[in-house]
Amino acid sequence: MPVNPAVGIAAFAAVSVATAVIGFYGLRISRTTGDFYVASRTVPPWWNASAIGGEYLSAASFLGVAGLILLSGTDALWFPVGYTAGYLMLLLFVAAPLRRSGAYTIPDFTESRLDSRAARRVTSLAVVIVGWLYIVPQLHGAALTIRTTTGLPSWVGSTAVVVVVCLTVVAGGMRSITFVQAFQYWLKLTALAVPLVFIVLVLAENNSPAVAAASANPTGLAPAGPYQNISLLVALLFGTLGLPHVLVRFYTNPDGQSARRTTLIVLGLLSVFYLFPTAYGLAGRMFAPGLAQAGQADALVLLLPGRLIGGPGGELLSALVVAGAFAAFLSTTSGLVVSLAGVISQDVLGGSVRGFRLAALISAAVPLGLAFMTDSLALAGSVGLVFAFTASTICPVLLLGIWWRGLTDAGAIAGMVTGGLLCGGAMVAGTALGAGTPVWLAQPAAWTVPAAFAVMVLASRATKSRVPRTTTRVMTRLHTPERPLATGIDVTRR
Amino acid sequence: MPDSPLYAAAAVAVIALAIAVVVGVGLKVLRSFRELGTDAERATYNTLHAASKAGQHLRTGLNPAGAAKASRQLRGLLGCDALAITDVSGVLAWDGAAEELKPQLMPLAADVLAGGRTQVITAGDFPALAAGRVSSAVIAPIRAGSRVVGVVAAFAPSAGAGLVRATSEVADWVAAQVELAELDASRTLLMEAEVRALRAQISPHFIYNSLNAIASFINTDPARARELVVEFADFTRYSFRRHGDFTTLAEELRCIDRYLLLERARFGERVQVSLRIAPEVLGTVIPFLSLQPLVENAVRHGLEAKEGPGHITIAANDSGAFAEVTIEDDGVGMDPVQLQSMLAGHTDGEHVGLRNVDARLRQVYGDDHGLVIETAPGEGTLITMRVPKSQPGHDA
Repeated sequence: MPVNPAVGIAAFAAVSVATAVIGFYGLRISRTTGDFYVASRTVPPWWNASAIGGEYLSAASFLGVAGLILLSGTDALWFPVGYTAGYLMLLLFVAAPLRRSGAYTIPDFTESRLDSRAARRVTSLAVVIVGWLYIVPQLHGAALTIRTTTGLPSWVGSTAVVVVVCLTVVAGGMRSITFVQAFQYWLKLTALAVPLVFIVLVLAENNSPAVAAASANPTGLAPAGPYQNISLLVALLFGTLGLPHVLVRFYTNPDGQSARRTTLIVLGLLSVFYLFPTAYGLAGRMFAPGLAQAGQADALVLLLPGRLIGGPGGELLSALVVAGAFAAFLSTTSGLVVSLAGVISQDVLGGSVRGFRLAALISAAVPLGLAFMTDSLALAGSVGLVFAFTASTICPVLLLGIWWRGLTDAGAIAGMVTGGLLCGGAMVAGTALGAGTPVWLAQPAAWTVPAAFAVMVLASRATKSRVPRTTTRVMTRLHTPERPLATGIDVTRR
Repeated sequence: MPDSPLYAAAAVAVIALAIAVVVGVGLKVLRSFRELGTDAERATYNTLHAASKAGQHLRTGLNPAGAAKASRQLRGLLGCDALAITDVSGVLAWDGAAEELKPQLMPLAADVLAGGRTQVITAGDFPALAAGRVSSAVIAPIRAGSRVVGVVAAFAPSAGAGLVRATSEVADWVAAQVELAELDASRTLLMEAEVRALRAQISPHFIYNSLNAIASFINTDPARARELVVEFADFTRYSFRRHGDFTTLAEELRCIDRYLLLERARFGERVQVSLRIAPEVLGTVIPFLSLQPLVENAVRHGLEAKEGPGHITIAANDSGAFAEVTIEDDGVGMDPVQLQSMLAGHTDGEHVGLRNVDARLRQVYGDDHGLVIETAPGEGTLITMRVPKSQPGHDA
């Protein structure tokens, strides 16, 4: 039962235009010096937190989580729990020191902390791989959405997202990126919440009986064991620490303290958001279990409003959900493209404006190619694997770099390479083995993350003489409060 | 999710990486097997290669990390059993056999450090040497200028004239590297001093102009003059501060606000200013007093000569890994040719501030980050400044 194609296309166009307009004109409001105080105010934490939420909530959260709950019930709740709880780790261990470091990207941080170009290059490579792997599921989500809602071929969806992202990024439309991403968060929340309210109202009014019990498993899949859940949680908790597009956003905070406050608000915003995919998943189990058998679990959120409400009202609500879904693809993809382009242009192309544009094209085109070559299955699961890769490569460098004086460049490189090879190898072996993959290969984080940490610590111990001489200065900077940022004029004095 | 696209994507990435690594290593191996020339050519190559390798490690001066790596190369060069490098106070590195002698090297080298002459020490002079396989040592001073900054000690079963000569040469060579390192250090110091001198140049310039502006009010509007003096005091507190060569964009904008208050006291409504600042870049670190001179230039040389009201737009944008600040005025503009020769330092024009900022930006961030000035007579001026957001080495 596809939604009216015009609705899907209109929703996509509306979101793209809104994104571009806010991106271009969000800052065009000029102020006179009389408004100096207003003009030079920094981004307030709640606003920045919305932006982080907007950038972070990807296809996996918007579509994947509900689909997984439909398929595997409460086991799937570990995904939203992990996605959110990762920010607790970020709050406790990374947010403030990273902001104080003055580094804008993760490679910048590694280079200044370890005083080593080689460590920087390896980190850049890890960041680029993570970014590319993370964009692919977003494009699959877009392909799925376009296919389900308009009936057009899959490639249209992913290509459209890449084109819109490239155009806005290359044309400088991400100048007011904080505003765009904050808008996207609230759009996504509205797009999930409003249809759900209507669904509940309609169901209550019609007294519709549930088709199946909420506890009934719509497919014959075996539930996940404790190993899988633990491994998944390790991946999500530690993976969040190293996501390049999220960490870049923290730079917008004026100081370490507001970086912490921002993280706290993000925790709240994400917790509120994840109530809705969960509710969709539950509603899907009770009223539309057929979607799971038809292999359309990931499209649950898109199809449910039309299925349960119907008529023009249902179409409008579907349009809203589709708009929210595209907000998810666009915001995460553009956030990743901007931060990848920053890394690629700085490390490969010399940091010019033209280099940045070229790098933006490269960072969007490669995952598009990967998305064409592969086929979408479970969105939440594929994003979970990217988290595992991040947790085994970037996360150990960040955590040890911030909290352990003994880290050396050789140790960092050895750890990242070990983690990357183990986790990448597990992913490749998983592909080769197909359905018969043992669980410890399908969810590798539980052993690859400790291995990466262990190698990093042991290799650093073995190369003690390489501890950079700048360690004390850098550590002091990371962990001592900075002077507050002067904003505007002292209102009190005039 | 074994068929997950991620697996396939990861597989492609890992395979591509593996191919790259294999090709890279293969090329290196192939190169090492290629035609290497006659024995003499290879010996020359090996010597020079070891020397240049060791040289790289010594470029940061005499320190344990560099000396440890260099001593490995130098021991190969001398073909001795053990090689040690010391500075005046202790052993920096010991490479090779007989490390039990390490604590006794400093007393042994004391004469060389004091006298600055190469010494040969045999088991007869120093019984501890007799115990091990290495029974003699050549200790040569590292002389940087007129000072002895350390020694190179080579240990071998017997110290022939060849080893003595070679060790002296190696010590001289190490000295040359140390002197180069000192040169590097003093070049960095020179650059820092130059930045400070440039910075010191800017403040008096502004003070002069501001005091003139305030002076014009003392008779006509004493209350306002008082207010302006307070603003001026605040401004000087900022510009005379002692610490740091860097500040944040937010603080610099605040300083510009004070400056403009002072200027508007003189120009009245003739100067209109609008701001368009991306909040993301407010925390960006920029060189201290690098924007205010640009605004001052726009006011003094763009709008002052112009008839009627003039407009200045200050904008700061987030542009990837960089922050881009532009200052635009619709004043009388400048002659590009004259501006160029002024920026190059050939003529002492009026635009002292511009040249100062341009020079500092180039020194701190490199030649790619100088001011970009678009102007023509009568067409106004647009000045663009691009600084990296990430400057972990610079404290605001």
